Amino acid sequence: MADKEKKESLLEQLGESQVWKSIIRSGVPRNRRQRMYAVLGNVFLHLHPARLPRHAVKIGYTWCMGGLSFFLFVVLTITGILLMFYYRPTVEYAYTDIIDLTEQVPLGIMRELHRWGAHAMVLTVWLHMLRVFMTGSYKPPREFNWGVGVLLMTITLFLSFTGYLLPWDQLAIWAVTVGTNMARAHPFIGHEGPGASLLAIGDINLVHMGSDVRFALLGGRFVGEATLLRFYVLHCIAVPFIAMIFMAVHFWRIRKDGGISGPL
Amino acid sequence: MSYIKNLFDFLSTPTISFTLLTVSFPFIFPPSDWFDKKNKQWGIYKLWTNKGAFCIFSFITFFFVLGYFDPYFNLTMTKPDNIPIILMIYSMIFVVWLGMKQAYINDERLERGEKPEEWTDPDDKVLVWPDLVYIELIALIIFMVGLIVWSILIGAPLEEPANPASTPNPSKAPWYFLGLQEMLVYFDPWIAGIIFPIFIIVGMMAIPYMDINKKGNGYYSFKERRLGYFIFMYGWFVLWVFLIVVGTFFRGPNWNFFGPFEWWDPHKVVPLTNVNLSEYVWVKLLNKGLPASIFAREAVGFVIVIGYLFVMPLLLAKTKLKSLFEHYGPIRYSTLMLFGLAMFALPIKMYLRWLFNLKYIIAIPEWFFNI
Repeated sequence: MADKEKKESLLEQLGESQVWKSIIRSGVPRNRRQRMYAVLGNVFLHLHPARLPRHAVKIGYTWCMGGLSFFLFVVLTITGILLMFYYRPTVEYAYTDIIDLTEQVPLGIMRELHRWGAHAMVLTVWLHMLRVFMTGSYKPPREFNWGVGVLLMTITLFLSFTGYLLPWDQLAIWAVTVGTNMARAHPFIGHEGPGASLLAIGDINLVHMGSDVRFALLGGRFVGEATLLRFYVLHCIAVPFIAMIFMAVHFWRIRKDGGISGPL
Repeated sequence: MSYIKNLFDFLSTPTISFTLLTVSFPFIFPPSDWFDKKNKQWGIYKLWTNKGAFCIFSFITFFFVLGYFDPYFNLTMTKPDNIPIILMIYSMIFVVWLGMKQAYINDERLERGEKPEEWTDPDDKVLVWPDLVYIELIALIIFMVGLIVWSILIGAPLEEPANPASTPNPSKAPWYFLGLQEMLVYFDPWIAGIIFPIFIIVGMMAIPYMDINKKGNGYYSFKERRLGYFIFMYGWFVLWVFLIVVGTFFRGPNWNFFGPFEWWDPHKVVPLTNVNLSEYVWVKLLNKGLPASIFAREAVGFVIVIGYLFVMPLLLAKTKLKSLFEHYGPIRYSTLMLFGLAMFALPIKMYLRWLFNLKYIIAIPEWFFNI
């Protein structure tokens, strides 16, 4: 008993120290007021409000899926950064770098974490969407945020898809070939799409295999060196950048639209 | 055992399984009073009880255990990149079960005039620190442990180095796009690969503006919003999740259908006997050759497509759906009709293909314009 008191006082003492107070502004959260300050005074925690309705912390209501999607995004960012140290996006090195990664790094599971994390994120995003649908949370005033969420889901799929190419094995290039072949058929801007032949000056087609939207996506007429670089940049920089902007809007709008949905 | 396997192979044929799902769906998520009555009469609502969950999951597990010990299905289901689909099947069904269970509880409460279970006194709030942050911490630790175990047990797949000269058969897109790839069987790439994805994204974003039923906001419920529920669940589970499962597990070489317990025979011969509508009309019905003019040739197809997408909603607005049209106004009504009809165009085309071997309703390969 005395021991416990002593520990508490030690923690208390620490909480009163100048260093602690300078980092965590509110001291040790002991009473209601300090606990609210602990959330309000922390840049990460203040994504949350300080207080919540009781149903919001029930796992049966939220399934935790939105939070886990964001958590997976963080996990994928960290593992992705680590993978970038080892990986060179060229036809010459890409595949052998992956082999190196599996054979030279002892107990390495970064690539596994990254790949399974990516698949899991697609699932958690879908489950989050199902939860939001089943609780009718897309209804006013949250219509706009549902739309942002749909875009985030699309971005998640595109992130996963661009990453699929990077190991540069048979699985990768053919999955991406199948996927990007769709772009050929884009109306007007794909060379095998309806209306593409209308965009011509005299006999010269403006939209052909070397100028259509698929060419822009692949950086060539087929999945090759330029595609690898393009997908690498999209995967590591461009799409995460867009995802972060949409996520910021998504989270901010949750708070602005009155916090977590609930019955009135 | 082989009898059971043959039965599964037979049941998973797209024609059979899709029909079974489509027919049973309105009974599982009854969109109207009549279906609701049958749902009660046949006790289908019992799916959303613990016993129901036990039955559903034993059935699925039985199927996968059978598959694991089957030499052919084992190859497909234990592919590392197919593990997420097994997870998807379990988790999707589980969360729908969980949601529906709570929805039925809430429906009963609302009928009795009580507030939904989620309702709490607005003054009685919990603090985020510690009540939420600890739950979040525990959730992410458990989740991370699961992910690490998964990563240790199953290595990320790596096949032979990329070789543009050797196309694998079948070539499959990543699993979450296999629903789209499956749609390619019934539609040309410009629809299945471009128009449908755009419609899915924009259509989903438009859901809150098309479903203006104010009830059921912020709690699990079914009865108050059953039609919207039915349409969304049908679109999500039958036209997306189910097609992903078919595309992953049941499509082998040359994108031919193979039952789960069948060998993927690369030389399986499937007759290609699909016929365009224009040929049906001009050659078979009128006994003439195809006319030279594209518009004359495809006139019937254009009439059908324009009639389906534009004239039918107009007529419905004047007749059967008059009250809906008045309630929704012209813009909301046409949005709902456009996305709704586009969605149901997929099953319609599937059945036209299966029943009449219909290839294209409008076939203008000269312009890559085939519907």
